[in-house]
Amino acid sequence: MEKLYKFLKYTFIILWTVFIVAPFLWAISTSFKDFQSVNSKVTYIPWLDFEPTLEGWRVLIKSPARGGVDIVEPYFNSLFVTCTASLISIVLGTLAAYALSRFTFKAGFVRNNDITFFFISQRIMPPIVLSIPFFIFLSTIGLLDSLIGLVVVYIVLLMPIAVWIMVDFFNRVPKELDETALIDGCNPYQAFYKVVLPNSIPGLIVAGMFCIIFGWIDFFFAFILTFTEVQLLPVKVVALNSSITPWWSLSASALISVAPLIIVAFVVERYLSKGNLSGALK
Amino acid sequence: MNFKHKYVFLFPGLFVLIGILIFPIIFTIRLSLSGWNSYTPEMNFIGITNYIRLFTDDPRFWESFFRLSFLSVTTVILQYIIGFALALIVWREIKFKRFFRVIFLIPMMTTPVIMTVIWRTFFHESLGPVNDLLGNLGVKPILWLSDPVIAKFTVIIVEVWQWTPFMFLLLLAGLLSLPKEPFLAAAIDGASPFRKFVYVTFPLMAPISIGAIIIRLIEASKIMDTVFVLTSGGPGTATETSSFYIYIKGLREFQMGYAATLSFTYLVIMIISLTIIAKVLTKLMIKE
Repeated sequence: MEKLYKFLKYTFIILWTVFIVAPFLWAISTSFKDFQSVNSKVTYIPWLDFEPTLEGWRVLIKSPARGGVDIVEPYFNSLFVTCTASLISIVLGTLAAYALSRFTFKAGFVRNNDITFFFISQRIMPPIVLSIPFFIFLSTIGLLDSLIGLVVVYIVLLMPIAVWIMVDFFNRVPKELDETALIDGCNPYQAFYKVVLPNSIPGLIVAGMFCIIFGWIDFFFAFILTFTEVQLLPVKVVALNSSITPWWSLSASALISVAPLIIVAFVVERYLSKGNLSGALK
Repeated sequence: MNFKHKYVFLFPGLFVLIGILIFPIIFTIRLSLSGWNSYTPEMNFIGITNYIRLFTDDPRFWESFFRLSFLSVTTVILQYIIGFALALIVWREIKFKRFFRVIFLIPMMTTPVIMTVIWRTFFHESLGPVNDLLGNLGVKPILWLSDPVIAKFTVIIVEVWQWTPFMFLLLLAGLLSLPKEPFLAAAIDGASPFRKFVYVTFPLMAPISIGAIIIRLIEASKIMDTVFVLTSGGPGTATETSSFYIYIKGLREFQMGYAATLSFTYLVIMIISLTIIAKVLTKLMIKE
């Protein structure tokens, strides 16, 4: 019985691992193929099934004028939008979360929980519902197809996440901490900045990682609100996905686009194993 | 504490969020009462004509809504079962524990549209590896993307791949934060692993489970990226979800007024049904 359970357990996680890794292996293999080895028959292993070439990867850094794809600029655009929006969301979200965790608010029938719910409920909004008015709004103020316009939209996307994680986190930071600081003569801002914040670094890191993930993986807003001046990475890669697809450069650009965040998986795991995440995510 | 300070903390975030959102929401409501389309791109007032059209003469929207409900409920149930099983396995000591934890987290870090582009080549009916490998086993080529029924399951497979990690992460973080005493008590009583799960782990995890399921349902109801790249709602309308239908009406056919009607109705339905689901789940999973 014990043995059977163990066998099932390992079979399950190994099968799941294969399922998770399969598309990556396929993409890695495809990125080294040429026209012949994609279109003649299905090939898997380089040298054995087909002769690998670096063409798929070389195309990525060539300028479009010379038949390249040029994903360097979209890469930096994505990086800029994600980081700026995450930073603003974390700062504003953390302040709001601290207020919601430490003070009581009353306005009519509205209480703290309702305000928290208001923040978090913004995630219910499907991107398409917001993107039509944003399209018209941003074109009115001339920010359509610009990085600033995207940052504004991404704040709506990311601030709810920051508030969600930080409210729970601050609820776990003992109140005595700020009370002692206040007795010691700090004003509320100093208490927050000098005492509470340094004790909240794990929460801030988790919130930051989640903001970066959800900013980096967004496609739809970037797709609707930008055209030619500004292109973000996901839009650029999907644009390659036309009818006659060069699967090799497609795979190479896909791999290079998802690579940076895979590092985040290691960081998250580290925090999980150290037990810091359990408090921050509940 | 001093009365005024609390507003200094809360208001910047609150007002930035309201400031960014107030225009789109009011605008959507106003737009939904207009006949804005590509022929008359102006904010005229046609009353509730659009709403009458939606409730009496648009089966396609309701079909897309039921399809979305089916897709999101199925994917979330699968994610919950698989995610919980995975979390339980790597919660306890196991060989290569940390390796498996990292692997199980990776898909949620990858951009859905970009991975879907890869999945599309993966499920390609003549040049993809799935049909090729199955062909070696003597299975006839499966129409992963062009059969109306199978295409739904292809979308489900991709969604489960992409988002089970999120469920896994929330549940594992929950498991790791559970108190130790109930488990010690169960061990002293000599409870079997199965009974331990039913009487100790599962009840302790109920609130976390509800939270995780609701969060995932909210995110799953926005299924759009995957469908957009994988099938474009096709074949026919077989995988068209509400968001995708609104997108077609609004930004392909430029019936902005009608699309706003759809958006607003959809939002109201979502808020109501998610509230009901949260209440029902709480009742079902938390006894006493």
